[in-house]
Amino acid sequence: MADARLAASRPLSPHLQVFRFILTMAMSIVHRITGGFLYVGTVFVAIWLVAAASGPEWFARVDGLYQSWIGRLILLGLVWSLIHHAIGGIRHFAWDLGYGFAPKTADLLALINLVAGIVLTIVVAVAAFVFA
Amino acid sequence: MDKSFRFQTSLKHARGFGSGKSGTTHFWQQRVTGVAALLLSLIYVVLLVKLQGDDYPTVIATLGNPFVAVLMLAFLGVSVWHMKIGMQVIIEDYVNQPLLRVLALMANSFFSALVGIASAVALIKITFGA
Repeated sequence: MADARLAASRPLSPHLQVFRFILTMAMSIVHRITGGFLYVGTVFVAIWLVAAASGPEWFARVDGLYQSWIGRLILLGLVWSLIHHAIGGIRHFAWDLGYGFAPKTADLLALINLVAGIVLTIVVAVAAFVFA
Repeated sequence: MDKSFRFQTSLKHARGFGSGKSGTTHFWQQRVTGVAALLLSLIYVVLLVKLQGDDYPTVIATLGNPFVAVLMLAFLGVSVWHMKIGMQVIIEDYVNQPLLRVLALMANSFFSALVGIASAVALIKITFGA
């Protein structure tokens, strides 16, 4: 029989707050969070496509919502999420192949991921603005 | 035989069944869909930038182009599978209450399927020019 008191006295693994903040841990959770954003974001893609398939009136309605400032803000956030998550994915592939585990390399990769994600998002936003 | 001499464990029942016979399938699918989504998302972003501010006939003509439609369908299919198994891991990590966990996993499947089917039907309708 399992003893409840014994189970309670077992050593617990230290939780998040005991660790010093490091960039790689932040990038780890941001990768997951951006994945979560993209998960919800697919609804916007599906609605846009269904509206386009439903005729010009529906398309104009959805397009109007997406062109509003809140719409643009959400889309910009999703673009950043996609780019950040994609670069994070490349980082994961490097780890899968056995590269980039040295602390300094891992930190550098995390920093590149963060900066490149923001820079490329700005590039896409500017490109969208220019081509519009 | 005396009970203390029984070396048989429940491993006997587990043997041959593996980890639910799935092994590294989930891990590998996440990688394969990840690679595909990485390549296809480049095309997707370029397409969206191009379609910015275009009028309805242009958007329909572009999405209806078979090359674009095939790549978009591939992108959406791969992305939906990637996000479905990705969210499954998140749920398995954070939702510990058994009933809630089963419901969350089921909702995840339903949501992913719905998004995928809706997008696919729309794209197919556009590309077949209905």
